[in-house]
Amino acid sequence: MVRFASVGLRYAGPAGAGGDRSGPEVLHDLSFILPTGSFHWLLGPSGAGKSSLLRLMQLALRPSRGEVEVLGVPLSRVRRGALPGLRRRIGVVYQDFRLLPHLPVFDNLALPLRIAGRAEPQIRADVQEMLRWVGLESKAGTLPAALSGGEQQRVAIARAVVMRPALLVADEPTGNLDIAQARRVLALLQEMHRLGTTVVVATHAEALVQEHPAPALRLAEGRLVAHG
Amino acid sequence: MMRPLRRSRGRDPLGLRRALSDRLLPGLVAAMALLGALALAGARGASDLSARWQGGAAAAMTVQLPATAPAAQVERALAALRRLPEVAKAQAMERERLAALLRPWLGEAPGAAAGLALPVVIELHLRRLPQQPEALALGIAQAVPGAQVEAHGVWVARLVALARSLQGVTLAALLLVAGIAAAVVAVAVRAGIAARREAIGILHDLGATDADIAGRFAGRVALLVALGALAGTVLAAPVLAGLADLAAPLLGGQAAASVLGLPWGSLPWAELALLPVLGAGIGWVTAQVTVRRWLRRLA
Ligand SMILES: Nc1ncnc2c1ncn2[C@@H]1O[C@H](COP(=O)(O)OP(=O)(O)O)[C@@H](O)[C@H]1O
Ligand SMILES: [Mg+2]
Repeated sequence: MVRFASVGLRYAGPAGAGGDRSGPEVLHDLSFILPTGSFHWLLGPSGAGKSSLLRLMQLALRPSRGEVEVLGVPLSRVRRGALPGLRRRIGVVYQDFRLLPHLPVFDNLALPLRIAGRAEPQIRADVQEMLRWVGLESKAGTLPAALSGGEQQRVAIARAVVMRPALLVADEPTGNLDIAQARRVLALLQEMHRLGTTVVVATHAEALVQEHPAPALRLAEGRLVAHG
Repeated sequence: MMRPLRRSRGRDPLGLRRALSDRLLPGLVAAMALLGALALAGARGASDLSARWQGGAAAAMTVQLPATAPAAQVERALAALRRLPEVAKAQAMERERLAALLRPWLGEAPGAAAGLALPVVIELHLRRLPQQPEALALGIAQAVPGAQVEAHGVWVARLVALARSLQGVTLAALLLVAGIAAAVVAVAVRAGIAARREAIGILHDLGATDADIAGRFAGRVALLVALGALAGTVLAAPVLAGLADLAAPLLGGQAAASVLGLPWGSLPWAELALLPVLGAGIGWVTAQVTVRRWLRRLA
């Protein structure tokens, strides 16, 4: 479950000395609940605050005010040292894939498992299974740059789910893909939802949304204007 | 062939093998280790010299009477010397000590061993080092007719003071080198962070702890610094052996005839071996602090 209560977010101002958050507020008074196992679209024009909201959900940012609760844990009561453990239970997919360019596909997929300290034999088994799932078994030794955009995004999705996360957030995962690749990527995200994962997908591709009707959070200028 | 390559890359997800260059950092550290080794050996040498000379400086001045001087004359001389206000203590030196003290300067001359006629040497301990030893020597020569006055102890005492401050200076130089090493490491680590900002962000988002990320940097830095310091120390060894050889006569030895004959054994090996270890420690701590500080800007 994800719960936002009166959440506001400011980034550091331009002078941005240290952690002081002196910039303008980019998210205002967000309150909503995403039930466990739900699928939600996150909609809104560019600059509305979709990425910022997802960064709060993936614990990459803390709110400037209000309470964010993820995986049943209210963030205001979590020490910084406990955040990495929570992050390992949240899968993230980005528009620009964010694969490590110097690592072959296999090691990119293995990264979350290695960070979590899993044993190598188990890592090999899990990575093989994920590669099969996204249809890239033959690309284990390939560097990301040698893959198409759609293939890179499938690797990124495999990396996001290899730890079997309870929450999966995707920030415009199809933004850089043609429509065929986009459909394939979305199918994988929806399969994760069918398997019981809570999924949130930000997009401004209304065509995809119409193909896959689902509840939506709609943002405009940092405010929640519709939910459902 | 594929697997070992893949495994080794997987161990370095931040690509630090390229971001923390194996040329620049070890090269700079090697140069600093060389300076550190020189300072270390300088400190050690200065301490050896001052310890060595201290024996000679125990008596600030000596008064020599001919070997043939009768006991009564020696007694009279002692009494006259003890009356002088500058003198704290006057004492005739035992023959064995005299022989031992002269050995570095005379060598094991067969004559000395055979009991060559050694002069009577009276050691004077002064209340404090005189500003003008020559004037005092003149006064003593008048008080004890027929005596030969040596003020070399005053000079030795001054040399000992110089050696001591040299020791302090070299230790300060060592600290300075350590500080510069830490600064160089901090700069290299910051450059490495800048080059791997994206990868660090990805690891962080995937749930890597600060300790994990900082540990990767620190491990790599410690290795590079240790290697650099080792190279610098090895380069310094022949220089130090050469210097020790130059100092040998001052310490009662002889200059070597060949490279192999250099006084390798007299180098402060234990301290030198500590340089790479210490360097690695400084590098590790500096990298940890630098990376952890940077990571605190992330949530
Ligand atoms: N790192 C940042 N620092 C300062 N301002 C930011 C940062 N990221 C986003 N913003 C601002 O926050 C607002 C929302 O941006 P974003 O969350 O990226 O929207 P979206 O993903 O919907 O396009 C924008 O005004 C943007 O300029
Ligand atoms: Mg965005």
